[in-house]
Amino acid sequence: MAVKIAIASGKGGTGKTTVSLNLFHYFRQVLDTSVQLIDCDVEEPNDKLFLNDHQAQKIQTVNQLIPQIDTNNCTFCRQCVEYCEFNAIVVIPPAQFAEVNPALCHSCGACLHACNTPNAIVEQAHPIGQIQNYTENGELNFIEGRLNIGSAMQTMLIKEVIKSPTVNADIQLLDSPPGTSCPVVATVNNVDYCILVTEPSPFGLHDLKLMVDLLHELNVPFGVIINKSDNHYPEMDAYFEEQNIEVLGRIPFSTEYAKRYAQGRIFENIPKDVEEAYKEIISKLQTKVCYYA
Amino acid sequence: MNIVITSTGNTTDSKFDLRFGRAAYFCVYNTHDQSTKFIENENAEAQGGAGTKSAEKIIELDVKRVISGDFGPKAKELLDKFKVQMVMLDDGNSTIEAIINKIS
Repeated sequence: MAVKIAIASGKGGTGKTTVSLNLFHYFRQVLDTSVQLIDCDVEEPNDKLFLNDHQAQKIQTVNQLIPQIDTNNCTFCRQCVEYCEFNAIVVIPPAQFAEVNPALCHSCGACLHACNTPNAIVEQAHPIGQIQNYTENGELNFIEGRLNIGSAMQTMLIKEVIKSPTVNADIQLLDSPPGTSCPVVATVNNVDYCILVTEPSPFGLHDLKLMVDLLHELNVPFGVIINKSDNHYPEMDAYFEEQNIEVLGRIPFSTEYAKRYAQGRIFENIPKDVEEAYKEIISKLQTKVCYYA
Repeated sequence: MNIVITSTGNTTDSKFDLRFGRAAYFCVYNTHDQSTKFIENENAEAQGGAGTKSAEKIIELDVKRVISGDFGPKAKELLDKFKVQMVMLDDGNSTIEAIINKIS
């Protein structure tokens, strides 16, 4: 089994993608180990923008089963409406009207359980997104989930993306969506370890605390990487001290490096101090990987 | 004809409710006998689908016109399907009575 490491942040824009890609790069360079990068930010996956040499493989469509009501068989008893927790079913008996709203349906199956009329409710597959595999020199090491525009089924897709790899690897890196809501929970829920990327600012600390609370609740061990670490913000260090939170590393800010990021050339001319910071982080993570393997 | 006006309370002195799906009450105004009836919106606090369920209620009540501040896309689709006219009024200070006077 692969050791699963999620990269999350709470606040957006702290550097999840940068850290995920660099760990993907340095893990393989330093440790000679097989690593898979999984882009779980299905609403706006962007890891691929930096992985130019990867070859797209077969796309797998992920479907959501949505019940459809056949009004020729339906008795308009409204039992399914009573069962539906998400208000997704509209039944208007005088109008002989019965319909499921796909945008509200969570595919829980309660309506099928509620219905006693044969063939009144039948489930049909609705596509919600895709899972795209990518290979590099023939090795499957990058997987991207991409939600269809308009779909609100992020968590369902993320769960499918995480369990999709058909090829094993020593380490799986899960690039998480921002925030602390359901899609993030779906990403970090079953990982061995979580890396929280933050920035030294009041906003960064505020959202980091939310993420720390979430990980405590889920019982997921974690450490912190402070990105753009040049900014002096003592409140943040005081918080780490007080909470006994491990700081895995500090990555200095570089305008030149940010420019190359914007051009999609993240692996070119990595500044020396940035490279050293990542190598130190890798050595700290190495012991954790051995522990969870 | 039955007209629904979304209302924040259950009397004609109540202020107009700008929200449709999450309106506190629906005031059903009957244009034939000028009577009013207030129905509490049981979906006002729903986690999701309040607009859809409120539209369902409106259609069940055989209402031909709804006056509210705005309508969400799911409610609008359903009301359109049953040819219920939607009237948007951007005035949260109006009372139900004032609106009834305006339309009668």
